[in-house]
Amino acid sequence: MSNALPAWSALSPALLLGLTGLALLLVDTIRPNERSNTSMALVSALGALASLSVTVWFVVAGTGHADTGGAITLLEGAVKVDTLALFFTAIFASVTALVVVAAHDYFHDHANPAAFYSLTLFAATGMALLAVANSLAVVFVALEMVSLPSYALVAFLKKDRGSVEAGLKYFLVGALSSAVFLFGISLVYAATGSLIFGEVASGIESLGSLAGVAGIGIVMIVGGVAFKTASVPFHFWAPEAYEGAPAPVSAFLSSASKAAGFVVAFRVFTEAFPLGASLAAGIDWALAFAVVAAVTMTLGNFAAAVQEEVKRMLAYSSIGHAGYALIGLAALSSGSAGNEAVMGAAMAHLLVYGFMNTGAFLFVALAERWGIGRTFEDYAGLARRAPVACTAMAVFMFSLAGLPPFAGFFSKYFLFMGAIENGFLWLAGLGAVNSVISLYYYSRVVRAMFLDDPATPSALDAIDVRPTALYAAVVFAAVATVLLLPGFGPVIEAAEAAAAALF
Amino acid sequence: MILEALIGFTFLAALLVLLAPNAWAGRLAFALSTVPFVGSLYLWSRFDAVGNALTGGTIAFESRYEWVEVGGRTVSWFVGLDGISLPLVVLTTFLVPLAILSAWTPVDTRQSQFYGLMLFMEANLLGVFTALDFFLWFVFWEAVLVPMYFLIGVWGGPRRKYAAIKFFVYTNAASLLMFIGFMSLTFALGDSIGSLALPEITQAIADGGLETWFGLSPGRIAMVAFLATFAGFAVKVPIVPFHTWLPDAHVEAPTPVSVLLAGVLLKMGTYALLRFNFTMLPEQASALAVPIAAIAVISVIYGAMLALAQKDLKRIVAYSSVSSMGYVILGLVVFTEYGVGGATFQMVAHGLISGLMFMAVGVVYNATHTRMVGDMAGMADRMPVTVGILVAGAFGYMGLPLMAGFAGEFFIFVGAFGAPSLPYAPVFTALAMFGIVIVAGYLLSAMQKTLFGPFRLETDYEIGRAPFHDVAPLAVLLAAIVVLGVAPDLFFEMIRDAAMPVVEGVSVDV
Repeated sequence: MSNALPAWSALSPALLLGLTGLALLLVDTIRPNERSNTSMALVSALGALASLSVTVWFVVAGTGHADTGGAITLLEGAVKVDTLALFFTAIFASVTALVVVAAHDYFHDHANPAAFYSLTLFAATGMALLAVANSLAVVFVALEMVSLPSYALVAFLKKDRGSVEAGLKYFLVGALSSAVFLFGISLVYAATGSLIFGEVASGIESLGSLAGVAGIGIVMIVGGVAFKTASVPFHFWAPEAYEGAPAPVSAFLSSASKAAGFVVAFRVFTEAFPLGASLAAGIDWALAFAVVAAVTMTLGNFAAAVQEEVKRMLAYSSIGHAGYALIGLAALSSGSAGNEAVMGAAMAHLLVYGFMNTGAFLFVALAERWGIGRTFEDYAGLARRAPVACTAMAVFMFSLAGLPPFAGFFSKYFLFMGAIENGFLWLAGLGAVNSVISLYYYSRVVRAMFLDDPATPSALDAIDVRPTALYAAVVFAAVATVLLLPGFGPVIEAAEAAAAALF
Repeated sequence: MILEALIGFTFLAALLVLLAPNAWAGRLAFALSTVPFVGSLYLWSRFDAVGNALTGGTIAFESRYEWVEVGGRTVSWFVGLDGISLPLVVLTTFLVPLAILSAWTPVDTRQSQFYGLMLFMEANLLGVFTALDFFLWFVFWEAVLVPMYFLIGVWGGPRRKYAAIKFFVYTNAASLLMFIGFMSLTFALGDSIGSLALPEITQAIADGGLETWFGLSPGRIAMVAFLATFAGFAVKVPIVPFHTWLPDAHVEAPTPVSVLLAGVLLKMGTYALLRFNFTMLPEQASALAVPIAAIAVISVIYGAMLALAQKDLKRIVAYSSVSSMGYVILGLVVFTEYGVGGATFQMVAHGLISGLMFMAVGVVYNATHTRMVGDMAGMADRMPVTVGILVAGAFGYMGLPLMAGFAGEFFIFVGAFGAPSLPYAPVFTALAMFGIVIVAGYLLSAMQKTLFGPFRLETDYEIGRAPFHDVAPLAVLLAAIVVLGVAPDLFFEMIRDAAMPVVEGVSVDV
């Protein structure tokens, strides 16, 4: 298939996202009076879905797969399309589609929603570029391409102090971590003499006296990854940003943007700094990730357990989940046959997480749209007024907690099993303990919605609107979360194939 | 395919009822729930399994499709029946329609959700009893908890939230412990298994496939796994001292939910003990026979004593379940044909009898709005039919001959008394038999106080005739109990056939 098409067409998922964003911007600029929220949302959703369909088609057709001629490299090797890139692009496109559909109802009375749609699509384009980046320079540019629209999106409600404050915090921490990341790249370049991953890897093998420089550079890159994935020690922007941002933006950041951080991490650390060569040079980044993963999941879960606001709880839970996904890097061991399994499981977890976490934040968006409060108590008795949406939310909560009937159980199970097979029993054990703790705070939401009585009989009267598009997005995410359980086979196969190409 | 049809239909029925209007959700749920029962009768009539499904016997209605692969082990959709699981499937499909009927009177809010969850739970219970792949089994096992949590938490009594969360946390923590225990076993089996299918795992353990794992010798691993899974299942059964969630859950749960909780959910625990601990790890089970028999006897006596001290009729029945489950454990641990067979038979018998008791107490409660022993007297005057059936059920509980409870307990005692593998077997058996005396004591005394004598009621309710749909399930259950008591071979023959390989598995070693 890909032989018939020109090589650049392998980038079409990213191009489709970018072109849609440009088209929206163009309409907004030329005919500002003609724009309508509905048509904007529709065009964005269609663009994201088109990108998703092309990606899925590529995966099915085997583009970039070893069986069909291997990865497609473009632009002097700076860009590489392989199964890993396509897998993550599918996550980005799905989350983007869900978010723009939900945003249609969320921003129903906003003066200028067009900016939201184009910013979201540009950020998604940046993510798709991150997935295919094969050079540290491209990684940095794409990372900024994700970050800059994200700052604006977080501060999108410019009359809301929380939103603006969150945007500023996010921007300051983001700018700092970008600087750290860039400095790390320059150190690695100084030590190895290249920015292309493959050449960096061979440079690592012959570092000589420059091992220290490269080591510091790698540690700084770990820091940049920690920022993007909202992991300790660069996590503290996340609760503020997720809480202050409009809920669809929180959904987008905590699912897609986090996954974008992981695709960078997975690719850079396996292809540019292979574990064997790094260890030989005295740089044990797997250990660094093990520590980060352990601290991140524990801190995220304990902090989530003491929150009073649902959105903030979800923000901390999303930090906890970053910790689980980091196991995919932390539990690697040089030359082990189990590496593919554990990294594939981490990728599958990110895909499942993309649906269940996006869905949970979109439910919060629904609650914000209804105008009920933000705390657990404000959700009391909600199931009586909105049984379908609450059932969907219960699915997300139980799935995030990793209860068996839902896909979240499957992906965590594979992740922990992979870690154990690779000899990281302690990490898997810690993850399991954390999962049990998480059940406490996730079930609080379910308890409030289904078991508790509303504070006052009139507390839920505000729910007089039926935002169809938001409902549809939430329900679709719930259905996907359930169906990914029986349909987990192809997902994990694709993920393991993608991971296998990295080692 | 027939098992898939059975489970799939029940899921579909749950969905249909969930979407139905409240006004006729109850009737629709009852109508739909009779279909799985008819289906299970069909299964019974075409049942052709030989031996135990886990030890290489012929599995009835076997069907297997590969699902995913993890760490070199395939996880499959793998279902089938043998002589141990078929009676439990029939029990489940039989009790659910009756429980739904008994819900018509007490459940008066959000009916479609209530009946939908009941059917959803039934589907998962059927999955638990038919699954022969560990992973699949675990998915169903955990999926049972979710509807139960809502059923107690939404439609329960005044302290329903506390009870629901206690139930959820207890059983979930237990599941995790069991899961870890079992997983360490599969890791220690290394390359000797290619899937998580229970028969394959059983075979591999029997062939000595356990290897040293994580610094633990094979014997240690097996012992750790046995203890972890035993503790996990003990919560579900429940065995003293893990029983404290049970009375709370039962007292707060609405009647139909109690019926399923006592009738079927507790059997998940004993079923899993039999499948996992006693079939897969018989060596460890017989090495620990004395302590297990001891806690079984303690459960029998202590549960009965607790029941003796209660004033709430529902609590009495709830605690007596702890006592009855003690018999089942005793029957399992002696590893004799009649012990293991009787324990399985007792699962079914107790499911029917405790279901009947909870339902009858529920009918009395519907009329009087109290369950306290001191609040009423002479109910026999006003509700002759209900009280008659309640008394009959109580006698069934005490082990009146020609009722199912007698058959089950008699088999267990016969099997336990002369058990060769359990030291001091006669002593344990004699002590456990003493439990029956206490059961008779508290049931007779509670009935004497509430049902007979001059009529008195502390609450302001007119007592009328109980509606037909309240009494009919009681009569049906009583009939089933008598039928099974008169002709225990309806089930006991196939149970014995499936239990024999389990018993032989250990007698080789003794």
